[in-house]
Amino acid sequence: MTTLSDSAGTALDLVVSLDPVLLSIVWRSLAVSATACLIACALGLVLGAWLGVTRFTGRGAVLTVLNTFLAIPSVVVGLLVYLLLSRSGPLGFLGWLFSFKAMVLAQTLLVLPVVTALTRQVVEDAENLHGEQLASLGARPLVRSLLLAWDERYALLTVVIASFGRAISEVGAVMLVGGNIDGFTRVMTTAIALETSKGDLPLALGLGLILLGVVLLLNAATGLLRRWRERQGGYASAAVQMQVST
Amino acid sequence: MTTCLSLRNASVHYGAGSGGVHALRDVSLQVSAGERIALVGANGCGKSTLLRLVHGLLTPSCGMVQRDSNARQAMLFQRPYLMRFSAQSNVALGLWLRGTPWSLAKSQALEALQRVGLADMAHRPANKLSGGQQQRVALARAWALAPQILLLDEPTASLDPHAKREVEALIGELAHNGPGMTLLFASHNLGQVKRLATRVLYLEQGRILADLPVQDFFGGTLLQTSYPEAHLFVKGELV
Repeated sequence: MTTLSDSAGTALDLVVSLDPVLLSIVWRSLAVSATACLIACALGLVLGAWLGVTRFTGRGAVLTVLNTFLAIPSVVVGLLVYLLLSRSGPLGFLGWLFSFKAMVLAQTLLVLPVVTALTRQVVEDAENLHGEQLASLGARPLVRSLLLAWDERYALLTVVIASFGRAISEVGAVMLVGGNIDGFTRVMTTAIALETSKGDLPLALGLGLILLGVVLLLNAATGLLRRWRERQGGYASAAVQMQVST
Repeated sequence: MTTCLSLRNASVHYGAGSGGVHALRDVSLQVSAGERIALVGANGCGKSTLLRLVHGLLTPSCGMVQRDSNARQAMLFQRPYLMRFSAQSNVALGLWLRGTPWSLAKSQALEALQRVGLADMAHRPANKLSGGQQQRVALARAWALAPQILLLDEPTASLDPHAKREVEALIGELAHNGPGMTLLFASHNLGQVKRLATRVLYLEQGRILADLPVQDFFGGTLLQTSYPEAHLFVKGELV
Protein backbone atom coordinates (compact mmCIF):
# COMPACT_ATOMS: atom_id res chain seq x y z
CA MET A 1 0.00 0.00 0.00
CA THR A 2 1.33 3.39 -0.94
CA THR A 3 2.31 5.41 2.07
CA LEU A 4 1.33 9.04 2.47
CA SER A 5 4.89 10.24 1.99
CA ASP A 6 5.34 8.14 -1.19
CA SER A 7 2.07 9.55 -2.52
CA ALA A 8 3.11 13.06 -1.68
CA GLY A 9 6.46 12.53 -3.45
CA THR A 10 4.78 11.17 -6.57
CA ALA A 11 2.24 13.99 -6.43
CA LEU A 12 5.04 16.55 -6.35
CA ASP A 13 6.68 14.82 -9.37
CA LEU A 14 3.38 15.11 -11.27
CA VAL A 15 3.09 18.78 -10.40
CA VAL A 16 6.73 19.61 -11.18
CA SER A 17 6.78 17.62 -14.44
CA LEU A 18 3.57 19.40 -15.56
CA ASP A 19 1.76 16.11 -16.17
CA PRO A 20 -0.62 16.69 -19.11
CA VAL A 21 -3.56 14.84 -17.48
CA LEU A 22 -3.12 16.86 -14.33
CA LEU A 23 -2.82 20.10 -16.27
CA SER A 24 -5.95 19.45 -18.33
CA ILE A 25 -7.97 18.82 -15.17
CA VAL A 26 -6.59 21.94 -13.50
CA TRP A 27 -7.21 24.04 -16.58
CA ARG A 28 -10.82 22.76 -16.86
CA SER A 29 -11.46 23.50 -13.17
CA LEU A 30 -10.17 27.02 -13.49
CA ALA A 31 -12.14 27.60 -16.69
CA VAL A 32 -15.43 26.32 -15.22
CA SER A 33 -15.11 28.25 -11.97
CA ALA A 34 -13.85 31.44 -13.60
CA THR A 35 -16.69 31.43 -16.15
CA ALA A 36 -19.26 30.72 -13.44
CA CYS A 37 -17.82 33.51 -11.28
CA LEU A 38 -17.80 35.93 -14.18
CA ILE A 39 -21.49 35.32 -14.89
CA ALA A 40 -22.48 35.26 -11.21
CA CYS A 41 -20.55 38.48 -10.53
CA ALA A 42 -22.03 40.28 -13.55
CA LEU A 43 -25.51 39.51 -12.21
CA GLY A 44 -24.85 39.42 -8.47
CA LEU A 45 -22.91 42.66 -8.14
CA VAL A 46 -25.64 44.68 -9.86
CA LEU A 47 -28.50 42.86 -8.13
CA GLY A 48 -26.80 43.04 -4.73
CA ALA A 49 -26.02 46.74 -5.12
CA TRP A 50 -29.61 47.43 -6.12
CA LEU A 51 -30.93 45.44 -3.15
CA GLY A 52 -28.59 47.37 -0.85
CA VAL A 53 -30.14 50.70 -1.77
CA THR A 54 -33.71 50.08 -2.87
CA ARG A 55 -36.57 49.70 -0.40
CA PHE A 56 -39.74 47.89 -1.45
CA THR A 57 -42.51 45.84 0.09
CA GLY A 58 -41.33 42.28 0.61
CA ARG A 59 -37.64 43.21 0.66
CA GLY A 60 -37.20 41.52 4.04
CA ALA A 61 -38.58 38.26 2.66
CA VAL A 62 -36.31 38.49 -0.39
CA LEU A 63 -33.27 38.99 1.86
CA THR A 64 -34.27 36.06 4.06
CA VAL A 65 -34.52 33.78 1.02
CA LEU A 66 -31.23 35.14 -0.31
CA ASN A 67 -29.44 34.53 2.97
CA THR A 68 -30.91 31.03 3.10
CA PHE A 69 -29.41 30.30 -0.31
CA LEU A 70 -26.01 31.24 1.10
CA ALA A 71 -26.03 27.98 3.02
CA ILE A 72 -27.48 25.77 0.30
CA PRO A 73 -25.41 22.58 -0.09
CA SER A 74 -23.73 22.34 -3.47
CA VAL A 75 -25.15 18.87 -3.98
CA VAL A 76 -28.68 20.29 -3.73
CA VAL A 77 -27.83 22.88 -6.39
CA GLY A 78 -26.44 20.05 -8.49
CA LEU A 79 -29.63 18.07 -8.04
CA LEU A 80 -31.82 21.03 -9.04
CA VAL A 81 -29.72 21.73 -12.13
CA TYR A 82 -29.75 18.01 -12.96
CA LEU A 83 -33.56 18.00 -12.81
CA LEU A 84 -33.70 21.16 -14.94
CA LEU A 85 -31.33 19.82 -17.58
CA SER A 86 -32.35 16.16 -17.64
CA ARG A 87 -34.08 15.00 -20.79
CA SER A 88 -37.54 15.29 -19.21
CA GLY A 89 -36.73 18.58 -17.43
CA PRO A 90 -37.81 22.05 -18.55
CA LEU A 91 -34.36 22.82 -19.99
CA GLY A 92 -33.73 19.32 -21.31
CA PHE A 93 -33.97 20.52 -24.90
CA LEU A 94 -30.66 22.36 -24.46
CA GLY A 95 -28.80 19.06 -24.19
CA TRP A 96 -26.39 20.53 -21.65
CA LEU A 97 -26.37 17.71 -19.09
CA PHE A 98 -22.90 16.21 -18.50
CA SER A 99 -21.21 19.10 -20.26
CA PHE A 100 -18.98 22.07 -19.45
CA LYS A 101 -22.03 24.35 -19.74
CA ALA A 102 -23.97 22.35 -17.16
CA MET A 103 -21.10 22.66 -14.67
CA VAL A 104 -20.88 26.41 -15.31
CA LEU A 105 -24.63 26.75 -14.80
CA ALA A 106 -24.52 24.80 -11.53
CA GLN A 107 -21.58 26.77 -10.14
CA THR A 108 -23.15 30.05 -11.26
CA LEU A 109 -26.31 29.22 -9.32
CA LEU A 110 -24.22 28.16 -6.35
CA VAL A 111 -22.16 31.34 -6.29
CA LEU A 112 -24.83 33.87 -7.30
CA PRO A 113 -26.41 34.08 -3.81
CA VAL A 114 -22.94 34.53 -2.26
CA VAL A 115 -22.07 37.43 -4.55
CA THR A 116 -25.53 39.00 -4.26
CA ALA A 117 -25.83 38.72 -0.48
CA LEU A 118 -22.32 39.98 0.26
CA THR A 119 -22.60 42.81 -2.25
CA ARG A 120 -25.95 43.76 -0.74
CA GLN A 121 -24.37 43.93 2.71
CA VAL A 122 -21.37 45.99 1.56
CA VAL A 123 -23.50 48.45 -0.43
CA GLU A 124 -26.17 48.71 2.27
CA ASP A 125 -23.51 49.59 4.86
CA ALA A 126 -22.20 52.27 2.49
CA GLU A 127 -25.74 53.47 1.79
CA ASN A 128 -26.43 53.85 5.52
CA LEU A 129 -23.28 55.91 5.90
CA HIS A 130 -23.27 57.95 2.71
CA GLY A 131 -26.48 57.38 0.76
CA GLU A 132 -28.13 60.52 2.08
CA GLN A 133 -25.32 62.70 0.79
CA LEU A 134 -25.48 61.15 -2.66
CA ALA A 135 -29.26 61.54 -2.61
CA SER A 136 -28.78 65.19 -1.67
CA LEU A 137 -26.76 65.59 -4.87
CA GLY A 138 -29.64 64.16 -6.86
CA ALA A 139 -28.60 60.51 -7.22
CA ARG A 140 -31.60 58.22 -7.58
CA PRO A 141 -31.49 54.70 -6.07
CA LEU A 142 -30.16 52.86 -9.13
CA VAL A 143 -27.42 55.43 -9.80
CA ARG A 144 -26.67 55.55 -6.08
CA SER A 145 -26.32 51.79 -5.88
CA LEU A 146 -23.88 51.76 -8.80
CA LEU A 147 -21.86 54.68 -7.42
CA LEU A 148 -21.64 53.11 -3.98
CA ALA A 149 -20.69 49.74 -5.47
CA TRP A 150 -17.96 51.44 -7.49
CA ASP A 151 -16.73 53.28 -4.41
CA GLU A 152 -16.65 50.00 -2.50
CA ARG A 153 -14.93 48.21 -5.38
CA TYR A 154 -12.04 46.95 -3.25
CA ALA A 155 -14.43 45.35 -0.76
CA LEU A 156 -16.33 43.87 -3.70
CA LEU A 157 -13.13 42.51 -5.19
CA THR A 158 -12.84 40.49 -2.00
CA VAL A 159 -16.39 39.26 -2.65
CA VAL A 160 -15.32 38.12 -6.12
CA ILE A 161 -12.31 36.28 -4.70
CA ALA A 162 -14.48 34.65 -2.01
CA SER A 163 -17.00 33.52 -4.62
CA PHE A 164 -14.28 32.02 -6.80
CA GLY A 165 -13.01 30.14 -3.77
CA ARG A 166 -16.51 28.78 -3.15
CA ALA A 167 -16.87 27.71 -6.79
CA ILE A 168 -13.52 26.01 -7.29
CA SER A 169 -13.66 24.05 -4.05
CA GLU A 170 -17.15 22.56 -4.43
CA VAL A 171 -17.61 19.00 -5.59
CA GLY A 172 -21.28 18.03 -5.27
CA ALA A 173 -22.80 20.13 -8.03
CA VAL A 174 -20.20 19.48 -10.74
CA MET A 175 -20.16 15.79 -9.91
CA LEU A 176 -23.92 15.50 -10.47
CA VAL A 177 -24.32 17.64 -13.57
CA GLY A 178 -20.90 17.07 -15.13
CA GLY A 179 -20.72 13.36 -14.57
CA ASN A 180 -16.93 13.42 -14.00
CA ILE A 181 -16.24 12.30 -17.56
CA ASP A 182 -12.53 11.81 -18.23
CA GLY A 183 -11.10 14.49 -20.49
CA PHE A 184 -14.44 16.22 -20.77
CA THR A 185 -16.04 17.20 -17.48
CA ARG A 186 -13.50 15.98 -14.94
CA VAL A 187 -12.37 18.80 -12.66
CA MET A 188 -10.03 18.89 -9.68
CA THR A 189 -12.54 18.14 -6.95
CA THR A 190 -14.33 15.33 -8.81
CA ALA A 191 -10.99 13.85 -9.87
CA ILE A 192 -9.75 13.88 -6.27
CA ALA A 193 -12.92 12.05 -5.15
CA LEU A 194 -12.61 9.48 -7.97
CA GLU A 195 -8.87 8.83 -7.69
CA THR A 196 -9.13 8.46 -3.93
CA SER A 197 -11.91 5.88 -4.30
CA LYS A 198 -9.75 4.04 -6.87
CA GLY A 199 -6.73 4.17 -4.58
CA ASP A 200 -4.66 6.33 -6.96
CA LEU A 201 -3.52 8.58 -4.17
CA PRO A 202 -0.62 10.36 -5.99
CA LEU A 203 -2.88 11.97 -8.60
CA ALA A 204 -5.49 12.77 -5.95
CA LEU A 205 -2.81 14.31 -3.73
CA GLY A 206 -1.28 16.20 -6.66
CA LEU A 207 -4.66 17.71 -7.45
CA GLY A 208 -5.25 18.35 -3.76
CA LEU A 209 -1.94 20.21 -3.57
CA ILE A 210 -2.87 22.38 -6.52
CA LEU A 211 -6.34 23.03 -5.11
CA LEU A 212 -4.76 24.00 -1.81
CA GLY A 213 -2.36 26.23 -3.72
CA VAL A 214 -5.23 27.97 -5.51
CA VAL A 215 -7.10 28.52 -2.23
CA LEU A 216 -3.86 29.70 -0.61
CA LEU A 217 -3.33 32.18 -3.44
CA LEU A 218 -6.91 33.41 -3.05
CA ASN A 219 -6.48 33.90 0.68
CA ALA A 220 -3.14 35.64 0.16
CA ALA A 221 -4.75 37.89 -2.44
CA THR A 222 -7.59 38.67 -0.05
CA GLY A 223 -5.17 39.43 2.78
CA LEU A 224 -3.02 41.66 0.58
CA LEU A 225 -6.10 43.43 -0.70
CA ARG A 226 -7.34 44.02 2.82
CA ARG A 227 -3.99 45.42 3.95
CA TRP A 228 -3.76 47.60 0.87
CA ARG A 229 -7.28 48.92 1.47
CA GLU A 230 -6.44 49.73 5.07
CA ARG A 231 -3.42 51.70 3.84
CA GLN A 232 -5.71 53.49 1.37
CA GLY A 233 -7.93 54.58 4.26
CA GLY A 234 -10.71 52.13 3.46
CA TYR A 235 -12.04 49.39 5.67
CA ALA A 236 -12.70 45.73 5.05
CA SER A 237 -16.36 44.88 5.31
CA ALA A 238 -17.04 42.68 8.32
CA ALA A 239 -19.47 40.59 6.29
CA VAL A 240 -16.87 39.92 3.60
CA GLN A 241 -14.14 39.15 6.11
CA MET A 242 -16.45 36.67 7.79
CA GLN A 243 -17.28 34.94 4.51
CA VAL A 244 -13.66 34.68 3.41
CA SER A 245 -12.51 33.35 6.77
CA THR A 246 -15.11 30.60 6.67
CA MET B 1 -38.25 90.17 -0.69
CA THR B 2 -39.81 87.13 -2.30
CA THR B 3 -40.49 84.01 -0.28
CA CYS B 4 -38.41 81.13 -1.58
CA LEU B 5 -39.35 78.56 0.99
CA SER B 6 -42.16 78.00 3.45
CA LEU B 7 -43.15 75.33 5.91
CA ARG B 8 -46.65 75.06 7.27
CA ASN B 9 -47.29 73.03 10.41
CA ALA B 10 -44.67 70.55 9.31
CA SER B 11 -43.94 67.63 11.62
CA VAL B 12 -41.52 64.75 11.26
CA HIS B 13 -42.03 61.57 13.25
CA TYR B 14 -39.42 58.80 13.22
CA GLY B 15 -40.47 55.24 13.99
CA ALA B 16 -43.91 53.90 14.71
CA GLY B 17 -46.14 53.73 17.77
CA SER B 18 -45.17 54.78 21.25
CA GLY B 19 -41.47 54.08 20.58
CA GLY B 20 -41.36 56.71 17.84
CA VAL B 21 -39.73 60.11 18.15
CA HIS B 22 -41.14 63.50 17.18
CA ALA B 23 -38.11 65.10 15.58
CA LEU B 24 -40.05 68.15 14.43
CA ARG B 25 -43.40 69.36 15.73
CA ASP B 26 -45.71 71.74 13.96
CA VAL B 27 -43.00 73.91 12.43
CA SER B 28 -44.09 76.92 10.41
CA LEU B 29 -41.52 79.09 8.72
CA GLN B 30 -41.18 81.52 5.85
CA VAL B 31 -37.81 82.16 4.27
CA SER B 32 -37.15 85.09 1.98
CA ALA B 33 -34.58 84.97 -0.79
CA GLY B 34 -31.20 86.18 0.38
CA GLU B 35 -31.77 85.53 4.08
CA ARG B 36 -29.03 83.88 6.10
CA ILE B 37 -30.71 81.86 8.79
CA ALA B 38 -28.95 80.05 11.62
CA LEU B 39 -30.56 77.13 13.38
CA VAL B 40 -29.38 76.81 16.96
CA GLY B 41 -30.31 74.59 19.85
CA ALA B 42 -29.09 71.61 21.84
CA ASN B 43 -28.25 68.26 20.24
CA GLY B 44 -31.37 66.43 19.12
CA CYS B 45 -33.51 69.57 19.00
CA GLY B 46 -34.35 69.03 15.32
CA LYS B 47 -31.88 71.26 13.45
CA SER B 48 -30.61 68.54 11.12
CA THR B 49 -34.10 67.15 10.61
CA LEU B 50 -35.33 70.59 9.59
CA LEU B 51 -32.51 70.95 7.04
CA ARG B 52 -33.19 67.45 5.65
CA LEU B 53 -36.89 68.25 5.40
CA VAL B 54 -36.18 71.46 3.53
CA HIS B 55 -33.83 69.66 1.16
CA GLY B 56 -36.38 66.96 0.41
CA LEU B 57 -34.41 64.14 2.01
CA LEU B 58 -37.33 63.63 4.40
CA THR B 59 -41.03 63.94 3.82
CA PRO B 60 -43.15 65.56 6.51
CA SER B 61 -45.35 63.22 8.55
CA CYS B 62 -47.92 66.01 8.41
CA GLY B 63 -48.01 69.61 7.29
CA MET B 64 -46.30 70.79 4.13
CA VAL B 65 -43.11 72.19 2.69
CA GLN B 66 -43.34 74.57 -0.25
CA ARG B 67 -40.37 75.57 -2.32
CA ASP B 68 -39.96 77.43 -5.53
CA SER B 69 -39.89 74.53 -7.98
CA ASN B 70 -37.16 76.23 -10.01
CA ALA B 71 -34.95 77.01 -7.04
CA ARG B 72 -31.66 75.12 -7.05
CA GLN B 73 -30.64 73.73 -3.68
CA ALA B 74 -27.47 72.19 -2.33
CA MET B 75 -26.60 70.79 1.05
CA LEU B 76 -23.32 70.47 2.90
CA PHE B 77 -22.92 67.97 5.72
CA GLN B 78 -20.76 67.95 8.83
CA ARG B 79 -18.62 65.11 7.50
CA PRO B 80 -18.64 65.29 3.72
CA TYR B 81 -18.77 62.08 1.74
CA LEU B 82 -16.22 62.21 -1.02
CA MET B 83 -15.91 59.23 -3.29
CA ARG B 84 -12.59 57.52 -4.05
CA PHE B 85 -12.11 59.84 -7.01
CA SER B 86 -9.99 62.93 -7.47
CA ALA B 87 -11.19 66.16 -5.90
CA GLN B 88 -12.13 67.42 -9.36
CA SER B 89 -14.19 64.32 -10.18
CA ASN B 90 -16.00 64.58 -6.86
CA VAL B 91 -17.05 68.12 -7.66
CA ALA B 92 -17.95 67.15 -11.22
CA LEU B 93 -20.11 64.28 -9.94
CA GLY B 94 -22.59 66.71 -8.38
CA LEU B 95 -22.97 68.52 -11.70
CA TRP B 96 -23.17 65.28 -13.69
CA LEU B 97 -25.94 63.98 -11.44
CA ARG B 98 -27.93 67.09 -12.32
CA GLY B 99 -27.54 66.54 -16.04
CA THR B 100 -24.33 68.33 -17.01
CA PRO B 101 -22.22 66.36 -19.53
CA TRP B 102 -19.13 64.91 -17.85
CA SER B 103 -16.52 66.88 -19.83
CA LEU B 104 -18.28 70.18 -19.12
CA ALA B 105 -18.80 69.15 -15.50
CA LYS B 106 -15.05 68.56 -15.15
CA SER B 107 -14.15 72.03 -16.39
CA GLN B 108 -16.79 73.67 -14.19
CA ALA B 109 -15.51 71.61 -11.28
CA LEU B 110 -12.05 73.04 -11.78
CA GLU B 111 -13.48 76.57 -11.63
CA ALA B 112 -15.29 75.70 -8.41
CA LEU B 113 -12.09 74.30 -6.92
CA GLN B 114 -10.27 77.48 -7.90
CA ARG B 115 -12.96 79.37 -6.02
CA VAL B 116 -12.20 77.49 -2.80
CA GLY B 117 -8.45 77.67 -3.34
CA LEU B 118 -7.90 74.02 -4.18
CA ALA B 119 -7.22 74.14 -7.91
CA ASP B 120 -3.71 72.80 -7.37
CA MET B 121 -5.15 69.76 -5.64
CA ALA B 122 -7.77 69.01 -8.28
CA HIS B 123 -6.15 65.73 -9.29
CA ARG B 124 -5.34 64.52 -5.77
CA PRO B 125 -7.46 61.65 -4.41
CA ALA B 126 -10.14 63.30 -2.31
CA ASN B 127 -9.70 60.87 0.58
CA LYS B 128 -6.03 61.89 0.89
CA LEU B 129 -6.93 65.51 1.64
CA SER B 130 -7.15 66.93 5.16
CA GLY B 131 -10.52 67.36 6.87
CA GLY B 132 -10.61 71.07 6.10
CA GLN B 133 -9.64 70.51 2.47
CA GLN B 134 -12.31 67.80 2.14
CA GLN B 135 -14.92 70.20 3.47
CA ARG B 136 -13.72 72.81 0.96
CA VAL B 137 -14.08 70.25 -1.85
CA ALA B 138 -17.62 69.56 -0.62
CA LEU B 139 -18.25 73.30 -0.55
CA ALA B 140 -16.96 73.57 -4.12
CA ARG B 141 -19.28 70.71 -5.08
CA ALA B 142 -22.22 72.57 -3.57
CA TRP B 143 -21.16 75.92 -5.00
CA ALA B 144 -20.70 74.45 -8.50
CA LEU B 145 -24.41 73.70 -8.55
CA ALA B 146 -25.05 77.47 -8.33
CA PRO B 147 -27.58 76.97 -5.55
CA GLN B 148 -30.13 79.61 -4.70
CA ILE B 149 -30.64 77.90 -1.36
CA LEU B 150 -27.58 76.49 0.42
CA LEU B 151 -28.17 74.26 3.43
CA LEU B 152 -25.32 73.57 5.82
CA ASP B 153 -25.47 71.06 8.63
CA GLU B 154 -22.78 72.05 11.13
CA PRO B 155 -20.24 72.43 8.34
CA THR B 156 -17.30 73.28 10.59
CA ALA B 157 -18.12 71.17 13.65
CA SER B 158 -15.54 68.46 12.95
CA LEU B 159 -12.72 70.77 11.87
CA ASP B 160 -9.74 72.20 13.72
CA PRO B 161 -9.78 75.96 14.47
CA HIS B 162 -7.67 76.87 11.43
CA ALA B 163 -9.78 74.84 9.00
CA LYS B 164 -12.89 76.13 10.74
CA ARG B 165 -11.89 79.72 9.99
CA GLU B 166 -11.04 78.90 6.37
CA VAL B 167 -14.32 77.12 5.68
CA GLU B 168 -16.37 79.74 7.49
CA ALA B 169 -14.70 82.52 5.52
CA LEU B 170 -15.51 80.68 2.29
CA ILE B 171 -19.13 80.18 3.28
CA GLY B 172 -19.41 83.86 4.11
CA GLU B 173 -17.79 84.81 0.82
CA LEU B 174 -20.05 82.54 -1.21
CA ALA B 175 -23.16 83.71 0.62
CA HIS B 176 -22.31 87.36 0.12
CA ASN B 177 -21.17 87.04 -3.47
CA GLY B 178 -23.97 84.80 -4.69
CA PRO B 179 -26.78 87.04 -5.88
CA GLY B 180 -29.67 86.42 -3.52
CA MET B 181 -28.28 83.17 -2.19
CA THR B 182 -30.30 81.97 0.77
CA LEU B 183 -28.39 80.29 3.55
CA LEU B 184 -29.80 77.95 6.17
CA PHE B 185 -27.25 76.55 8.52
CA ALA B 186 -27.18 74.63 11.76
CA SER B 187 -24.42 75.53 14.18
CA HIS B 188 -23.37 75.20 17.80
CA ASN B 189 -20.83 77.94 17.28
CA LEU B 190 -22.54 81.13 18.42
CA GLY B 191 -19.67 83.31 17.21
CA GLN B 192 -20.14 81.83 13.75
CA VAL B 193 -23.88 82.47 14.01
CA LYS B 194 -23.19 86.13 14.83
CA ARG B 195 -20.80 86.47 11.90
CA LEU B 196 -22.85 84.68 9.23
CA ALA B 197 -26.55 84.93 10.09
CA THR B 198 -29.10 87.65 9.62
CA ARG B 199 -31.81 85.70 11.44
CA VAL B 200 -31.69 83.05 14.15
CA LEU B 201 -34.11 80.24 14.90
CA TYR B 202 -33.82 78.62 18.30
CA LEU B 203 -35.18 75.07 18.40
CA GLU B 204 -36.03 72.91 21.36
CA GLN B 205 -37.56 69.43 21.25
CA GLY B 206 -38.53 69.81 17.61
CA ARG B 207 -40.21 73.18 17.98
CA ILE B 208 -39.08 76.64 16.96
CA LEU B 209 -39.15 78.54 20.23
CA ALA B 210 -37.54 81.76 19.04
CA ASP B 211 -37.29 83.37 15.61
CA LEU B 212 -35.40 86.65 15.79
CA PRO B 213 -33.10 88.91 13.78
CA VAL B 214 -29.50 88.20 14.78
CA GLN B 215 -29.05 91.53 16.59
CA ASP B 216 -32.12 90.85 18.77
CA PHE B 217 -31.02 87.31 19.45
CA PHE B 218 -27.63 88.33 20.80
CA GLY B 219 -28.34 91.85 22.06
CA GLY B 220 -31.03 93.71 23.94
CA THR B 221 -33.50 92.28 26.40
CA LEU B 222 -36.05 90.75 24.03
CA LEU B 223 -34.51 87.29 24.21
CA GLN B 224 -34.28 87.35 27.99
CA THR B 225 -37.84 88.52 28.54
CA SER B 226 -39.66 86.62 25.79
CA TYR B 227 -37.53 83.51 25.26
CA PRO B 228 -35.91 82.56 28.57
CA GLU B 229 -34.82 79.08 27.36
CA ALA B 230 -33.05 80.57 24.34
CA HIS B 231 -31.46 83.18 26.58
CA LEU B 232 -30.11 80.48 28.87
CA PHE B 233 -28.79 78.60 25.82
CA VAL B 234 -26.94 81.66 24.55
CA LYS B 235 -25.46 82.23 28.02
CA GLY B 236 -24.40 78.59 28.11
CA GLU B 237 -26.49 77.94 31.17
CA LEU B 238 -29.06 75.60 29.69
CA VAL B 239 -28.85 72.21 31.38
